[in-house]
Amino acid sequence: MEKVVIEPSSGWIRLKLRELLAYRELLYFLAWRDIKVRYKQTALGVLWILVQPFAAMVIFTFVFHRFAKIPSGDVPYPLFALCGILPWNYFSGSMNRATGSLVGSSHLITKVYFPRVVIPVSSVLTGWVDFGIASLLLAGLMVYYRVIPGGGLVLAPLFLLMAMMVALGVGLWLSALNVQYRDVGYLMPFLSQAWMFLTPVIYPTQLIPESLRWVYGLNPMVAVVEGFRWAVLGTPLEMGSLWASLVAAFLILFSGLLFFQRMERGFADVI
Amino acid sequence: MMGGDRETVIRVEGLGKRYRLGQREPIYYRTLRDSIARHLGRGLRKAARLSPLVKKHQDDHGGGDGQRWIWALKDVSFEVKKGEVVGIIGRNGAGKSTLLKILSRITEPTEGRVEMHGRVASLLEIGTGFHPELTGRENIYLNGAILGMKRAEIDRKFDEIVAFAELERFLDTPVKRYSSGMYVRLAFAVAAHLEPEILLVDEVLAVGDTAFQKKCLGKMGDVAHEGRTVVFVSHNMGAVENLCQCGIVLDRGQAVYIGGQIDAVSVYLRSLADKTLSLRDRTDRQGTGAVRVVGIEFRDTSGNLLNSVPCGTDIDVYLHFEAEGEFPRRYVTAGVVFKTQLDTPVFQHNNRLTGQDFGPLPTGGAFVCRLRRLPLTPSVYRVAYSIRAGEECLDTISDAAELTVVEGDFFGCGLVPPSTHGVCLVEGRWRLEADTPAPSI
Repeated sequence: MEKVVIEPSSGWIRLKLRELLAYRELLYFLAWRDIKVRYKQTALGVLWILVQPFAAMVIFTFVFHRFAKIPSGDVPYPLFALCGILPWNYFSGSMNRATGSLVGSSHLITKVYFPRVVIPVSSVLTGWVDFGIASLLLAGLMVYYRVIPGGGLVLAPLFLLMAMMVALGVGLWLSALNVQYRDVGYLMPFLSQAWMFLTPVIYPTQLIPESLRWVYGLNPMVAVVEGFRWAVLGTPLEMGSLWASLVAAFLILFSGLLFFQRMERGFADVI
Repeated sequence: MMGGDRETVIRVEGLGKRYRLGQREPIYYRTLRDSIARHLGRGLRKAARLSPLVKKHQDDHGGGDGQRWIWALKDVSFEVKKGEVVGIIGRNGAGKSTLLKILSRITEPTEGRVEMHGRVASLLEIGTGFHPELTGRENIYLNGAILGMKRAEIDRKFDEIVAFAELERFLDTPVKRYSSGMYVRLAFAVAAHLEPEILLVDEVLAVGDTAFQKKCLGKMGDVAHEGRTVVFVSHNMGAVENLCQCGIVLDRGQAVYIGGQIDAVSVYLRSLADKTLSLRDRTDRQGTGAVRVVGIEFRDTSGNLLNSVPCGTDIDVYLHFEAEGEFPRRYVTAGVVFKTQLDTPVFQHNNRLTGQDFGPLPTGGAFVCRLRRLPLTPSVYRVAYSIRAGEECLDTISDAAELTVVEGDFFGCGLVPPSTHGVCLVEGRWRLEADTPAPSI
């Protein structure tokens, strides 16, 4: 028979990942709900998933390539930009959704028990659908420019997985903070924007001075975007910064999980 | 709890939960706690003086300024055996919801321990997680998953749930198009098909119309007969007496009675009559506190204080108040509800119903309600009040005072009907019509 023990917990606690597994069906249903609901009562519906990155690509091409003369190597700039926009949009969308997810689910948190981590995790899962659909745009553009991807393409999802780790890690930190300090909501637009400029979405890494590359590489999104571009377009990839990014991504996720579980027990009282 | 050789499925030992006064956050947010204390310190200290429960607690991490805590629950211990239905009763703020939230694992206790054996489900409300944009069918799955049902289990019970809710035709309609009755029916249908070994229920039954409440009560009874253990928080004394075998009475965070449900109800009712706390010192009030009612009086039309009121007389109900702080002092609504000892509302009155506006509120005074020819049969009634500003609740207590109604000549002919045939007296006249034909059907 199941046995439940309720006691005040103290100190830092071990990661309860097994519990997350036990609630995988709830995880699935919450993600499914978000996907179903997201484009309800919109005229364009799912088309928005294509319109957004396309518009961003057109704007970036004009502003940063035509006017600001940012180079993109041997690759046509629109393709270069789109390869940055897609993983970036997945990341920033997931991070933003995860950050707001707990406060947005306060009605659940104060009424039902389940591992709270299910909520931010489900919100970083839903972005995969958007990403998958938006990839059609990328495929179309590659056909248009007659670019044939190499064998690296099979590794592309791994970089997206890394983006998910970072988005979840940051989302865990910020969503838990958001429960207490709604200031986080006001911080998010700045954070997203600043982070994007620190990531090679609109410019190639080669513009960063060699001496600063290792600091730059501590931003795990550098490896995500560079890696995705390498997988799809075969642009150069620096292994050194890849490892730095990978370590950073793991640290962000791990610390996020710990912090989240430290704060979790008070959510229902504070939210 | 009641002896017997059945196994214990819930064991609660020394359970306590402490909140910082005026804040809902518990104690472990040390840094945040300090920062907020500085901002709210003055208001808190003022409020703390009014509460007898609050103990001064020196911050052991320096800072010097004292912290004030309130124990929502303190040193509560009990055991529940398999198959028992336990009612938890007590007035607002007694700790019922806190206890249920701890048992449901929504919030953590500050001290003590709970052990539960079996699959636990809690229903603190029905329809938790319903999404208005999703259809009835989709919401059944979503809500079921949130309540802890497995997908296969929902598949299996799906038809039964739909039949119970009587919503076959609207399954593929988004629930935002449902009437509130349909919404509640669907929500309850899902909840009713949970099959936990231990069920924790908050006043879920307080929703819906009477017919629906009956259906829910019936379903609750089924649950109990199936040998399931139920912990049931309620204000509905009738439901507690009928459904439960045991009762736990909470008063200011402590379990003051544990035993049979009939005795528990009478202990609770007696505790309501206990006038040890003056209204000014009551801690079970809710609302922002910008206006606080500090005394309730019943007077006759010449202003004489009344201890008891003969039915049929005109009385003035005085709600003496104090106002402080910044709030829009206009459009204030003062209201009273008269209820029976079993908590059934008999009637209400407020100045919005009469279309009266008090204008800007002074910092003190009394709201006075003149009730003409008090239409209550002799008994003791409980009086609730609430003070609102627009939609915002400033102050309310659900058992603020008692009104003793004694025999009086309501009908003007010396007869007073007993309260067993209704608590309400209605003016009326009879006549005889000799030649009126009976209706044809």
